[in-house]
Order: sequence, then C-alpha cells, then structure tokens
Amino acid sequence: MEMSTIMERHIKVPLSNEEALTLQSGDYVYLTGTIYTARDAAHKRMYEALSNGEALPIDMGNNVIYYMGPSPAREGRPIGSAGPTTSSRMDKYAPALLDLGLKGMIGKGKRSQEVRDAIIRNGAVYFAAVGGAGALLSRSIIASEVIAYDDLGTEAIRRLEIKEFPVIVVIDAQGNNLYETAIEEYKKD
Amino acid sequence: MRTIDVSVITQNIKEMCIEANHFLSEDMEKALKLATKEENAPLGRQILEQLQKNMKIAGEDMIPICQDTGMAVIFMEIGQEVHFEGGALADAINEGVRQGYIEGYLRKSVVKDPIYRENTKDNTPAVIYYEMTLGDKVKITVAPKGFGSENMSRVFMLKPSDGIEGVKNAILTAVKEAGPNACPPMVVGVGIGGTFEKCALLAKKALTRSVNERSEIPYVRELEEEMLLKINESGIGPGGLGGSTTALAVNVNTYPTHIAGLPVAINICCHVNRHAIRVV
Repeated sequence: MEMSTIMERHIKVPLSNEEALTLQSGDYVYLTGTIYTARDAAHKRMYEALSNGEALPIDMGNNVIYYMGPSPAREGRPIGSAGPTTSSRMDKYAPALLDLGLKGMIGKGKRSQEVRDAIIRNGAVYFAAVGGAGALLSRSIIASEVIAYDDLGTEAIRRLEIKEFPVIVVIDAQGNNLYETAIEEYKKD
Repeated sequence: MRTIDVSVITQNIKEMCIEANHFLSEDMEKALKLATKEENAPLGRQILEQLQKNMKIAGEDMIPICQDTGMAVIFMEIGQEVHFEGGALADAINEGVRQGYIEGYLRKSVVKDPIYRENTKDNTPAVIYYEMTLGDKVKITVAPKGFGSENMSRVFMLKPSDGIEGVKNAILTAVKEAGPNACPPMVVGVGIGGTFEKCALLAKKALTRSVNERSEIPYVRELEEEMLLKINESGIGPGGLGGSTTALAVNVNTYPTHIAGLPVAINICCHVNRHAIRVV
C-alpha cells in the first residue's frame, strides 16, 4: 500500500469562515482555543428552544461543538475521560445549528446526507476525534465549565479550553468524506 | 454447602467495575500492540499508537480508558452448593455497581426509563445474568458495555436454508454498517442458534472470551478465522479512517436450535472490550 503523508495543521477555535474553507478531508488538525460540548439531551433542548422561538444558551456563530459527555473529574483535574460520542444521533438537530453559523462539529462516525448538505451550504467542517481515547484526549483539555443545562449531568453544555486537541477532518466544506474515500483506498475486494 | 455473605459480592463487584474501566485484559493489550505493528495505513497506525498511549495514561492517572464507562453487564455463575446470606443477591450486585461508579469516578450513563430518560445517577441497575454450575464457587464477570458499538449490534432470524453463507453475510453486513460508529478496531461477538434472545446472549458472552481463544468446533473456528480476514479486507480500519485493522477478533458461540430457525446475533464491541473476571 502506498504510504501517503499526513497533512498536519494547527488551527485556532472558534473557527473563522476563511480557515474553515482551507481545511481538507484527511487533514490532521490540532485545535487550540474555546469549544462547547453538547450531546443528545442538550441538542434536544436546544432544538426545542429554537422551535419555541427562544434564544440558545450559546451563540453558534463560528463556534465548534464537541459531541462529548465526560466522566467525572478527579480532584485537581479539569475533566475526566473525554472522548467523542457517535455523531449520527445528533443528525436530526445539526442542520438547524449549522444554518445558525455553527462552523465545526467534533464527534465520531457517519453523518446523514442532510448534515453533509448543511456542511457544504455553510462552509463548515466535521472533525473526528479518536473514539475510545478519552484518557488521552483529556490531556488536551485545560479547563472545563458547565454553562447551561446543569441538571443534565454529563450531558450538560460545557465550555472547554483546549490546547493542541487532535482531530481529523472527515467532511470538509466541499463535501469530501474521508470515511468513504479511505475505505475505497484500503479495501481489498 | 458453603455460605457467602452478599457483602463479599458487593465488594468484589465494586472493585471489578473500577478495574475493568481502567485496565484492559492482557489479551486485548497484546492484540492492539500486534495490530499496530501490522497496520500499514499511516493514519491507521497513528490512531493505534494513540490507543496504546491512551491505555497507558488510563492506568497511570486512574482516568477511565473511555468516557463511556458503559452499562454494567454482569454474569454470575453460581455453584449449586453455595448459599447466600445477608440480603438479596441482586441488591448486593447493584450496590457494588453503585459504589464502583461513584467512588471510581465513572460516568453514570443509565436512565430510569427508555422513553422518559431520567438519569439514575449511580449507573444502576446493572444487567444481570445468573447461571447455575457445579461446585461451591461463584464466578463473576463484569463487562461494562459502551453504547457506540452496542447500538450497531444486530439480530437476524435467518432461515435454515440460508446456511453458513447466510451467517457470513449477516456478520459482514453488521460490521460494514457499523463502520466508524463502533470505534474500530472492534471485537465481534457472534451467537448462532438457540432462540431470539438466546443467540443475543451467546453473542454477548462471546465478547468475554479471550481474543486469542478460538472455538473448539472445527467449522466454527474456520468461520471465526475467515470472518476476521474478510472484515479486515473491508478497508474500514482504525477509527473507520482506512486501513487493515478493522477487527481484532471474531468470537463465535453456538447452541442447538429449532428445526424451523437459524437465529444469528452480532454483538459488536469497540477496542475497549472490557471485562473483569473473578472466582469467589
């Protein structure tokens, strides 16, 4: 098999419109800055808030949402184990958030055609973090604070300060999808 | 007759919940190490290296390997000469889970009702299976199961005429649909035979077998080996980002079945295939 080299990038978050457009499916990216966590229950609440014409607890503009619910932090640490959850459960809610300016999502696993269309339409990016590497990923999170839906426990919305947080671009703003292209490259039948 | 106070069970379950979420069994560690050597996709290799580093950090810092510390699945194999005292066994098991998940800083991922979804805040109840065996010992297996991979698991009620080819198709279909969602490299547990629920249980239990241990039934061993090869030719790779390491093992368990049926269950587990086993 051909050994292609991996393109490494260091990017600031929130993610600017211009930078989002330069990211390519397959890029290995280290993110530094501020992101927010939200998973199933928080998405459901945000979606209901939008349906009722209410404001969201976080501004979507140029922000990145990490689909993650951490394990509890031990004393003196910012967070517990903190790897990605499966993104497809958020597919129902993601297009509306992307249309409000959400610039990036970090998770793992496949996305629907509707999400891919919304990514292209809004010049956004879908990143994967390595699933099941929650202990390792926690080391790139330097601060964590619950900012909304505290009653949801691990599913609350958290603001995270991250430093050199490793992710891979799966779907870029042009709609290229690494999950599809990589399988084609490596399958043997 | 041997008398065991149920508090002994509570204490063991508590320790095993914490242990299973921080340390993988030796066979899993070895399989990951070997896969890292053999993977030729650069990104795939990088991910496998991260997974090894992740395990090292988990053990050193006592931080769970994965934030999804699972729903606790517990197999109790109870010698029929054992007599329990000091309370109900199920309560003692759940108390062990409660203490383990709270004191061990494990995530509480269980909701009280599948529709209304209020978190029970202590990860109880566990899913408990009891089996009677000979002797006066109790074998406890604690297998915390994450749901990224659980959600991709399948049951197929095949026809007898579908035969072994039908079984192979079912396995490959489930694995390909799971793809990156199930956090590959996966361990694939397969149950063939029994009834609707029995084959699912066989598949779940197959996940607690060592990844190096092949079936003693010749055709089943061949099936395990062939399926592993085929799955690893799919290209899915580590993290679903391409490569030759999609599964570390395929473990198949079988059971007699009805003249009219061929049930097949595929229980997929991620690379964090956790199980702690103790004999009390």
